[in-house]
Amino acid sequence: MNVMVDWGRVGRLLLRILAALCGGYVLAALASVAALALPISKPQAVLTGMLASFGVYAGAVIWVFAVRTAGRAWAGLLAAAAPLALVAWMVRP
Amino acid sequence: MMHSVADEDEPRLTGRGIRQSMSQLHTWAGLLLGWILYAMFLTGTVSYFKDELSQWMRPELAYQAQVPDQAAVAQRIADEFSRSIPGSSQWSMKLPDARNNSVYAFWRTGPRTPGSRGGFGEGYFDPATGQKVTARDTLGGDFFYRFHFQFHYMPVVWARWLAGAAAMFMLVAIISGVITHKKIFIDFFTFRWGKGQRSWLDAHNALSVFGLPFHFMITYTGLVTLMALYMPWGERVAFQTAAERQQYAAELSAFIAPGRPAGVGAPLASIEDMVRQAQDRWGRDNAGRVTAVNPGDATARVAVTRGDAGRISMSPQSMEFEGPSGRLLRVRESVGAAAETRGVLYGLHLGRFSDIVTRWLYFLVSFMGTAMVGTGLVMWTVKRRQKLPNPDHPHVGFRAVERLNVAGIAGLSIAMAAFLWANRLLPQSLAGRADWEIHVFFIAWALTLAHAFVRRPKAAWVEQLWAAAAMLALLPVLNAATTSRPLWHSLTQGDWVFVAVDLMCGALAVIHATLAIRTARRQPARKAARKPSSSPAAATASRQEGT
Repeated sequence: MNVMVDWGRVGRLLLRILAALCGGYVLAALASVAALALPISKPQAVLTGMLASFGVYAGAVIWVFAVRTAGRAWAGLLAAAAPLALVAWMVRP
Repeated sequence: MMHSVADEDEPRLTGRGIRQSMSQLHTWAGLLLGWILYAMFLTGTVSYFKDELSQWMRPELAYQAQVPDQAAVAQRIADEFSRSIPGSSQWSMKLPDARNNSVYAFWRTGPRTPGSRGGFGEGYFDPATGQKVTARDTLGGDFFYRFHFQFHYMPVVWARWLAGAAAMFMLVAIISGVITHKKIFIDFFTFRWGKGQRSWLDAHNALSVFGLPFHFMITYTGLVTLMALYMPWGERVAFQTAAERQQYAAELSAFIAPGRPAGVGAPLASIEDMVRQAQDRWGRDNAGRVTAVNPGDATARVAVTRGDAGRISMSPQSMEFEGPSGRLLRVRESVGAAAETRGVLYGLHLGRFSDIVTRWLYFLVSFMGTAMVGTGLVMWTVKRRQKLPNPDHPHVGFRAVERLNVAGIAGLSIAMAAFLWANRLLPQSLAGRADWEIHVFFIAWALTLAHAFVRRPKAAWVEQLWAAAAMLALLPVLNAATTSRPLWHSLTQGDWVFVAVDLMCGALAVIHATLAIRTARRQPARKAARKPSSSPAAATASRQEGT
């Protein structure tokens, strides 16, 4: 192979893939727990959170690959995760 | 693979930039799990006719011209259970309906004791006699159905996670695919025949855009069917007590939790009367499932659930009876808004509510979805072939994709046809016969993979497509030779399930033969298409369409 491997670029790509696969899932999971704060009965809130979570996950993956840098991708995920984590922490038993 | 990633340090026009990164996301999300997605799509498509395929695979069971009285059938099977599995703590049977000529039942084989939940049994029963069917041992259409979301030869939970990952990749591929195409509707009305890569791209676009709402729906609802596995966190946080969990479970399924048996014997009241009440409520052929817990005990409960017809939602609707007295305890016909939404999404995925026309529409659009994944996979190689430094000796990744495409697409057709051949040819007395039908499916598939690696790609495509065409075309002949229900017989008898399966095999054979002929003629067209693509105008065009 005569292609020069740019390890910096590979690293940034791996960071994005990690953000998409794991970051996206954690964000979706947080959203599904935060849904428990909705003013509806518990079973309905649980189901609402589950139903919506895949949209959150897909949106997170699109975001991660749409923005210009891997850093921005992670920053966006964290910005979205922070309020969700706060709500999830408040609804815990 | 790495050098094609958008360069982050390079300033770009935002509009084109996002389209390019989405195009790359689409390409890689589509490719990595593409073969799994293709197999899920095709087996899922076939599963819209799973009940009919099951009938075809049990030719010993006579064609059911009219649905038998469900109430009488339920009583017959329940009597059989009290004889054959006394002491069972739970049994459940799916009554015959317009699409099923047998009763599928499962049960616990003994009382539940502390430390042991008892064994499980399952089987198919003849509605007319109440006896276990004497038909050949086969999983029938349920094999493709189960394979669709949990594959085979691997732990069910892992397999379902893999299916979920594939569905998630699909969802991302759909969204990024839409963003990639700025001229999505113009693309839809553009078709350039016999132009190599352009034709593949146009076919991929047309198939994707036409079915876009369906593809999106079917992918999202697919995730919904197993969401409790994929996203259990809300549930874990919300429910701390068994009562809460039970209340939640009631929103999702009509199953009744078996309570502690009293140890006092009391025979079940008339099951026939219970089902009769359900028929009055939901329609003559529209009782779904009858479940009994602690049958034969004073604490017995029986639930009769509503069938699939007449409503989209799969949310539970049931009538619950006291076992020994037959007294109606309660009717459950509604669940909460989110649970109903989940029921509708679930129902949309399975399409079990549909009448025959809707069912064919489901099949056709889903078939287009399969072709969308297939054309996408082929396009990956067609596009890259033009840019290879030496097209006669492509790099190893390219060769692997090329060959996996052959086995993943043409090979799967052969494997699925082989499964049906095995159903007709394996001896009835073979031990583990149903398992062997499945082994044959995988052996055939493995052989196509080996074949794809030893043959040149084009030869492999043509040979495998012809093999699939021949196997499909000869299935009606095989059916005529090995059963007493050949096509001419089914036609005169009005046995539409057998007519449809035989004719469908013929139609699929024609599709495979057409693809084989076109692939065989392909070579000159591809060479011709390569030259113009090296001209600046074509190169620009192909860049704009993404990678």
